[in-house]
Amino acid sequence: MRIGSGAGFAGDRVEPAVQLARAGVDDLVLECLAERTIALGQQRRLGDPDQGYDPLLRARFERLLPVAVANGARVITNMGAAHPLRAGEVTREVMAAAGLTGRIAVVTGDDVLDRIDPGIPALEDGVPLAGHGEIVSANAYLGADALLPALDADVVITGRVADPSLFVAPIAQRMGWDLDDVPRTAAATLVGHVLECAGQVTGGYFADPGVKDVPGLAELGFPFADIAADGSATIGKPAGSGGVVTVGTVREQLLYEVTDPTGYRTPDVVLDFREVRAERAGTDRVRISGALGRAKPGELKVSVGYRAGHRAECGISYAGPGAADRARLAADVVTRRLCGTGLRVRADVLGAVGDPDGECRLRVAAMAEARMAAQIVCHEVESLYTNGPAGGGGVRTDVREVIGIVSALIPRSDVKSQVTTLEVADAVA
Amino acid sequence: MRLHEIAHCRAGDKGDTSILSVFPLDDADYDRLRRELTASRVRDHLAGQVRGEVTRYELPLLKALQFTCHQALDGGVTTSLALDTHGKTLSSRLLALDL
Repeated sequence: MRIGSGAGFAGDRVEPAVQLARAGVDDLVLECLAERTIALGQQRRLGDPDQGYDPLLRARFERLLPVAVANGARVITNMGAAHPLRAGEVTREVMAAAGLTGRIAVVTGDDVLDRIDPGIPALEDGVPLAGHGEIVSANAYLGADALLPALDADVVITGRVADPSLFVAPIAQRMGWDLDDVPRTAAATLVGHVLECAGQVTGGYFADPGVKDVPGLAELGFPFADIAADGSATIGKPAGSGGVVTVGTVREQLLYEVTDPTGYRTPDVVLDFREVRAERAGTDRVRISGALGRAKPGELKVSVGYRAGHRAECGISYAGPGAADRARLAADVVTRRLCGTGLRVRADVLGAVGDPDGECRLRVAAMAEARMAAQIVCHEVESLYTNGPAGGGGVRTDVREVIGIVSALIPRSDVKSQVTTLEVADAVA
Repeated sequence: MRLHEIAHCRAGDKGDTSILSVFPLDDADYDRLRRELTASRVRDHLAGQVRGEVTRYELPLLKALQFTCHQALDGGVTTSLALDTHGKTLSSRLLALDL
């Protein structure tokens, strides 16, 4: 089977996914959910009960689904975010408007806000969850088992699911592998891990001119994997697309964000990278093999979003002789004027600090509980126009609410996933 | 000689932890990296950013050294006051290390 990766983050490009669907894949996974995304979606849903899913879902699907459905590529995505059911309805609208028929399956059950105990300690610091701030979201990382009953559909939409699990479920289903078969689930998880950031394994986040050159970076293609019965897989990209797949790009992505390569925990398996190999298997083809695993953890990780206050970010630029000294003087002025406020303030002088005639920018960032307090920081930077060092220009200020994230563990028995099916019937029939 | 001349690196993040994966540009240099690029040298080089412990893992089949750097991201991506909240630029910062 061939499985493709059509998005590696919420804001990712659309055309590489269309290109993969056109080239032919059995499954196309779009991973669009960062840690904070669900908490932000929950905020939008509180303001409008029809929101909370990925704001780019409609635009993405309007372009992708006509090609994917026509080519028989099943689409699997976590763009449901904080409102998977509404995302399913919007997907039905998109399909009906495009004259497509088919089935949409929506996976829910990750939202555990109503049953998380605010008194349990956060994994990060041991402080009770509620001690960090007002809790606004709590979502368990579902595993591949939650997706299996949804795979009899053309489009599968989820909320929070562990990123590799979005790949593990369709691989296990098509290859006929049992999720309790630890070596096979480890192999599928390794593939999901390498593919989940899309362009990061085809030359994105890699190019370093003169050292690691990547041809066609502006037309970067997204990856697919061909899965073999022995659990190995070959990573590749569509013919004619930009980028490269080399042992170097694959090695970098294999270990990306892996805190402990001897035991990488997912809801499906604890993956061990120590026997993993990456070998060239042709132009833009790299074979990966050797995943080891241990049985899946007994508990699921929950990502908890809380109100962390407001962040102010402001800047002002200086150029020409003494620019760095004037930017540092400006930093002193702002820091001095804010020292009585008790705010956490950070001031950095950025740019050509070593060049006596270069351009420098003072960047000031601060965290405050209330929006008004954060605005005081912006006002102090803006005041530098007429009250600060000579020749300061280009002030920009920004204040936004910050959603913090901490995590906790909950028993699997506290999480019950469900599948809801929506049919898009032929309008004429 | 700077590390950039013989190695490449990718940075990832989990909470307040930065994960730096280092590989030789030529596999023949792996043993040299293993000898010289110790966890304490990485911690010293990144002292301005990394406040916690640095753990090194060796993955000889991937010709990789994996450095897990704790308390490296000013509290973590969501509440950090840094410009590069994810610490993506730490990979290239590490490659400036003198071997």
